[in-house]
Amino acid sequence: MIQITREPIDSTAALQQVADPDCGANLMFLGTTRRWTGETETLELNYECYQEMAEKELHKLCTEARQRWDLRGLCVVHRIGNVPVGQASLAVAVSSPHRGVAFDAAQWLIDTLKQVVPIWKQEVTRQGETRWVHPGSEVNR
Amino acid sequence: MIDINVVLFARARELAGADSIKLTLDDPATVGDLKAALLQQYPDLSTLLPHCTMAVDHEYSDDDTALSSGCEVGCIPPVSGG
Repeated sequence: MIQITREPIDSTAALQQVADPDCGANLMFLGTTRRWTGETETLELNYECYQEMAEKELHKLCTEARQRWDLRGLCVVHRIGNVPVGQASLAVAVSSPHRGVAFDAAQWLIDTLKQVVPIWKQEVTRQGETRWVHPGSEVNR
Repeated sequence: MIDINVVLFARARELAGADSIKLTLDDPATVGDLKAALLQQYPDLSTLLPHCTMAVDHEYSDDDTALSSGCEVGCIPPVSGG
C-alpha cells in the first residue's frame, strides 16, 4: 500500500501492513528530519507534493519493485506538511522470505523515490530562514 | 488556440507568485512552446525553469511532447522527497 498523509507516521502500523508468516525478513526504513546539516540547525522540514502525480509515481515504483524482487509485503508512507526534527517523513516497509532481497528492494525504493516522486522539502532553520531543496539548482531561496 | 492549466510547486510556485496559471497557446503546441510562453509571462522563473521537468496530465514529458486543450501541465522543480 502507499499513503501520503499530513499525520505523524505510525511505523508500527506500517510494519504490520507487511507482516507475513512466510517471510523471514521484515524491514523498515524511516527517513527523519535531521537537526544539523553542516553548520545549519534545522527546526523542521515543510513538505509539499503534487498529490495525484505523487500517488501515481509511488504506485509505479511499488509495481516495479514487485516485478524485480520477491516481495510479499510492501508499504510506503510519506508525510507532508511540517515535520519537526526527529520525526519521520518517510516510512518504507518490505517483507520477503530472505533478507538480501528486502535490503536491496528497500534501498532501490528509497533511492528512486528521491529521484522521481514529485515531493519537495523546504528547510526551516533556527534563524528563521526558509530554503526549498531543489538538488542541482542554485536558486533555492 | 488551446487552453492549458499549469500547476506549480515549491520554489517555482513562489517565483511565479501563483499555484496555477492559465495559458492559451497557438495550436499545435508542445511542452517546449509552453515553457517559452511561461518564461515570457513570468520572467522570474528564468533561473529555475531550465531545471524543471514538465509533466503532462501527471506523466513526465519532454520538450517535444504535444499538448491538447484542457490538459494539465505540472511544473516540477528538482524533487526532494524522502
